[in-house]
Amino acid sequence: MSMTMTQKILAEHAGLPQVHPGQLVMADVDLVLGNDITSPVAIKEFAKFNLDKVFDKSKVALVPDHFTPNKDIKAAQQCKCMRQFAHDFDIEHYFEVGQMGIEHALLPEQGLVNAGDLIIGADSHTCTYGALGAFSTGVGSTDMAAAMATGKLWFKIPQAIRFNLTGTFTRWVSGKDLVLHIIGMIGVDGALYKSIEFCGTGVASTTMDDRFTVCNMAIEAGAKNGIFPVDAVALEYVASHCKRLPKVYEADSDAEYERTVDIDLGAIRPTVAFPHLPENAKTIDEVGNVPIDQVVIGSCTNGRISDLRVAAQLLKGRKVAKGVRTIIFPATQQIYLQAMEEGLLRIFVEAGAVVSTPTCGPCLGGHMGILAEGERAVATTNRNFVGRMGHVQSEVYLASPAVAAASALTGRIANPEEIGVN
Amino acid sequence: MKAHGTVFRYKDNVDTDVIIPARYLNTSDAAELASHCMEDIDPTFIKRVKAGDIIVADKNFGCGSSREHAPLAIKTAKISCVIASSFARIFYRNSINIGLPILECPEAVKGIRDGDTVEVDFTSGLISNLTTNESWKAEAFPPFIQKMIEAEGLVQYLKKEMAK
Repeated sequence: MSMTMTQKILAEHAGLPQVHPGQLVMADVDLVLGNDITSPVAIKEFAKFNLDKVFDKSKVALVPDHFTPNKDIKAAQQCKCMRQFAHDFDIEHYFEVGQMGIEHALLPEQGLVNAGDLIIGADSHTCTYGALGAFSTGVGSTDMAAAMATGKLWFKIPQAIRFNLTGTFTRWVSGKDLVLHIIGMIGVDGALYKSIEFCGTGVASTTMDDRFTVCNMAIEAGAKNGIFPVDAVALEYVASHCKRLPKVYEADSDAEYERTVDIDLGAIRPTVAFPHLPENAKTIDEVGNVPIDQVVIGSCTNGRISDLRVAAQLLKGRKVAKGVRTIIFPATQQIYLQAMEEGLLRIFVEAGAVVSTPTCGPCLGGHMGILAEGERAVATTNRNFVGRMGHVQSEVYLASPAVAAASALTGRIANPEEIGVN
Repeated sequence: MKAHGTVFRYKDNVDTDVIIPARYLNTSDAAELASHCMEDIDPTFIKRVKAGDIIVADKNFGCGSSREHAPLAIKTAKISCVIASSFARIFYRNSINIGLPILECPEAVKGIRDGDTVEVDFTSGLISNLTTNESWKAEAFPPFIQKMIEAEGLVQYLKKEMAK
């Protein structure tokens, strides 16, 4: 029987020649991830095993990124718990404030993600690494504890939906618009319990950062994972970041998909998801006049260097609209440095934006940009649920860095085309 | 084992941000988390809920974040069972892993209203609406998951397995 790319990775890690959808398997994990919100719960559960070591101290990554730099005393206590655990169990990949970044931007950059890996993380956006041809998925803290103890975890073999990409993006359109378009098409549970696999001639024209963004938001369609084929773009990224040799899996040509959806990248318009679900997607042409109070550019979805470059192209030599608070978060220390060296930070500050240290902060309504009652934000983040960025009566509109930057300049949700950048 | 209680009825896509808002995630204390359970979708929930009560919702319950704090808050608020047309997959895993009983049964969901009294027999999967005298059968869990539920969660299950 033929298998999808995801099924092959799971079969290999379960030591099975063949798996079928619905089958429950125990599989070896290559990396276990946790953050400052989920790790303290996992550490409590891990203690119940009474073990003096984790299954492999080089295969656990702990990233304090959500409420850091510590936003209050309770958050500081949680980070302290995690730091102490990392110290006591000699965890090799613990990233302190100063070395850290938002986990899903940080791990690939630090070479901890390889094509063909099986990665689990106690964070729903762990599905990001499918961009590099890994199987990665979000789990809970108890799963994280079990995987730290045993190096294994249970999985149900998923069916898959295939997206066949053709064409190339037009100007100002990127991976974010594609994924919002897809979620708008299939809904927030459109891929529930399933994989989303990408294929087609259009893949080659997408950048690594586009693919990270797309796979990052697979969870917003309910998917177990999103995954791209490993092509020259992915291999080059892996070769320049990861010391291990890649293991490339390809879907069988006759693999069964629940359905295949064709998407012409050239037909995708800048897309915005209206409150309070990521599936409420509208093209920029359908948006109308929506005045805003805040713009957030960053997060595990869109805080990478190419995202900052796009924002800078629009903000350069211009000023953000009066009354719009524009907050920009490079996702890692390395991206921060690169943005500094390229002069992007100067462009942002001169435009009237603020630049923050890497943190998940406002994306989940933690800190560093919380909304008041009735306020609206355009954000390059991943969720726009009720109360997500602050008050229950506030609103989040999800968009690309280009739309977010254009909106910062105009004070309303705006099409980047109208800014007049050559 | 049976559950018996009054129903709190919700619609589609109840996300983990409304089950337990992130602003309260600076603690992992179960009682403190439970005191904010459902706060952003139903501010009076925590005042009204009684031990044994049941949450019933339409599709994709628990979508969003991987925060195990969400099923933990529900379990600690003494909800005996969550019945939904479908669950988001991480919430589904987390509930089984921590021993919060959940059942997928779209037919039952259609026949249950807010405030109804419902009884659930976990052994047979029988869901009975005592207010309307209707009943439905939820699909049984696969044997592996049943073993985990019997062990009251993943950690206890694995400890038993490791001791063998």
